[in-house]
Amino acid sequence: MVATALAEAVTHPAAGAALDIEQVSHAFDIDGIELPVLSDVSISVEPGEFVALLGPSGCGKSTLLRLVAGLDKPKAGRLREDEERIKHPHPSRVVVFQDPTLFPWRSVWDNVALGLEAQGILKSQRQRVDDALDLVGLSSFRNAYPHQLSGGMAQRVALARALVNDPKILILDEPLGKLDSLTRITMQAELVSLWQRKAFTTLLVTHDAEEALVLANRVIVFSERPAHVKADIRVDRPYPRHRGDPYLADLRRQILGLLGLDATW
Amino acid sequence: MSTYSLSDGLASGAPRTSRAPLLATWIRESGVGVLASITWSAFGLSCLWWEDVGDWSRTHSLGIAAFVIAAVALFGTVGADYLGSAGKALRKRAPWLVALGAFLTLWEVATAKLAWLPLPFFPPPQAIIEVYTDDLPKLLDSVFASVKLQLGGYLIGATVGFLTGVSIGWSRAVGYWVHPVLRFIGPLPATAWLPIAFFTFPSSWSASTFLIALATGFPVTVLTWSGVASVSNAYYDVARTLGAKPSFLVLKVAIPAALPHVFVGLFMGLGSSFAVLVVAEMIGVKAGLGWYLQWAQGWAAYANMYAALIVMSLLCSGAITLLFSIRDRLLVWQKGTVKW
Ligand SMILES: Nc1ncnc2c1ncn2[C@@H]1O[C@H](COP(=O)(O)OP(=O)(O)OP(=O)(O)O)[C@@H](O)[C@H]1O
Ligand SMILES: [Mg+2]
Repeated sequence: MVATALAEAVTHPAAGAALDIEQVSHAFDIDGIELPVLSDVSISVEPGEFVALLGPSGCGKSTLLRLVAGLDKPKAGRLREDEERIKHPHPSRVVVFQDPTLFPWRSVWDNVALGLEAQGILKSQRQRVDDALDLVGLSSFRNAYPHQLSGGMAQRVALARALVNDPKILILDEPLGKLDSLTRITMQAELVSLWQRKAFTTLLVTHDAEEALVLANRVIVFSERPAHVKADIRVDRPYPRHRGDPYLADLRRQILGLLGLDATW
Repeated sequence: MSTYSLSDGLASGAPRTSRAPLLATWIRESGVGVLASITWSAFGLSCLWWEDVGDWSRTHSLGIAAFVIAAVALFGTVGADYLGSAGKALRKRAPWLVALGAFLTLWEVATAKLAWLPLPFFPPPQAIIEVYTDDLPKLLDSVFASVKLQLGGYLIGATVGFLTGVSIGWSRAVGYWVHPVLRFIGPLPATAWLPIAFFTFPSSWSASTFLIALATGFPVTVLTWSGVASVSNAYYDVARTLGAKPSFLVLKVAIPAALPHVFVGLFMGLGSSFAVLVVAEMIGVKAGLGWYLQWAQGWAAYANMYAALIVMSLLCSGAITLLFSIRDRLLVWQKGTVKW
């Protein structure tokens, strides 16, 4: 019911945008030595698709998300949102980072209001902040400061801070990694229902193959660094999905194999 | 037995269940207050008992006042339970009252009565009281002049320092030009400018304002700058993806994140500006507490010097308290800040 409140507060539901990642390569300079991180990555995401990105730690997933957000420029290749080159960050593509990075000098409410305030529309849209807080179940902590929150609560505030902007592309860097398994399952369900209602395009980095399969309609598996696309798997199953679904279990085994875990499974 | 019933009568009327720790409780809660009233009575007695070795007009009144304080200490602490928060506050400070009464007694005896400490360099308490009652207008004028000078200089220095610090921290171009100047001039003690300032500025007042501003500005600039420079990039990334413009990044990200550093600079600036204020008043400006000290020394009026010193320390301490309370208000989000 809180979710409906959010839907009502937003008069024009932003439909998802298409995202094209075309032959993107990227590298970092560490003390003059070039460290290749992404090598020739091409992914074409349909509007409203939910894409999960899986890959070994340190392979370059977060780097790719930064490029999509427009925070960094790729060394080679192009990124486009609805045919338009991504050059700068824009609130139509909102990131939930791996660390919650809440502003410690702002209360929970003010943290969530950050995007609306930065765009100068907070005055007329205060309700959206309340709704987003409702959605992550933290209304009673609106006046708390970040140092008074648990790790999982902080991550939920970060999620609310992103959702309140009604993004066309929601970029999630392991946003549920720090939650306890119960909250995590609830948040996964919330995420799916939110995504189904708003139809934003979603990029989700996760370490958890099961989470990827429960949530996404497409799972992309990356290689070791420098990352390239190793597999692009469609998950054609209706929502809500069941963890015990034999079809998903099969895909999961396949994905873990791609990540190099054949022997144990 | 009689001890118990006695303590029962005195101990505050609050119902107590066990009798054994009653005496201990009473001593802990009210005993110190009784002791305080004893030391203050001793002070009063020491004022009135002997003749003064010198000629001071306030000895008698001081003795009476000491007895009044002794009475307040006694009834205030023993009856603290009926006095609400004032009683609690008094009880908390009772050990200090004891120490203060003892110190004043010693001081009185050592100066006015037995002259263990040489006069006129060590005036008795009543001499200082006499300054406050008889030389009040001049003292107040001095206080007013000092506060005005200090406040003007400090506000100018803090504002300019803050703006400079933010600009250097934010803009490479500003940093390129200002940083070397800051490195060259900043570490110079502001008092070194004194001779030049006093003949280049139109008035000694403007010269002193400049010097105080300089002493304040340097630490504020450096710490604001380092605060802005050390703001984590992650904060900027978050704000930028949410649609923040550069002005938002400065005003709503860089400055609030740097504020704890800024306050360290403000405290340091306050300390060094006090030093400049006193020197400037002694040398240049013919007003203020620094000048009062100088003037009192010229007349060998040592009691006036002590009186002015006490006022000065109250003012400086008050200024720091004020700054602390501003900081606590602005930085409520920080945990574990120091209490002043
Ligand atoms: N700003 C940077 N400067 C230099 N090297 C970097 C920078 N950011 C990332 N790297 C390097 O790029 C590689 C990929 O980092 P990235 O954060 O994208 O990994 P990831 O796939 O998100 O890993 P994880 O799953 O552990 O979060 C790492 O080896 C890292 O050391
Ligand atoms: Mg990462």
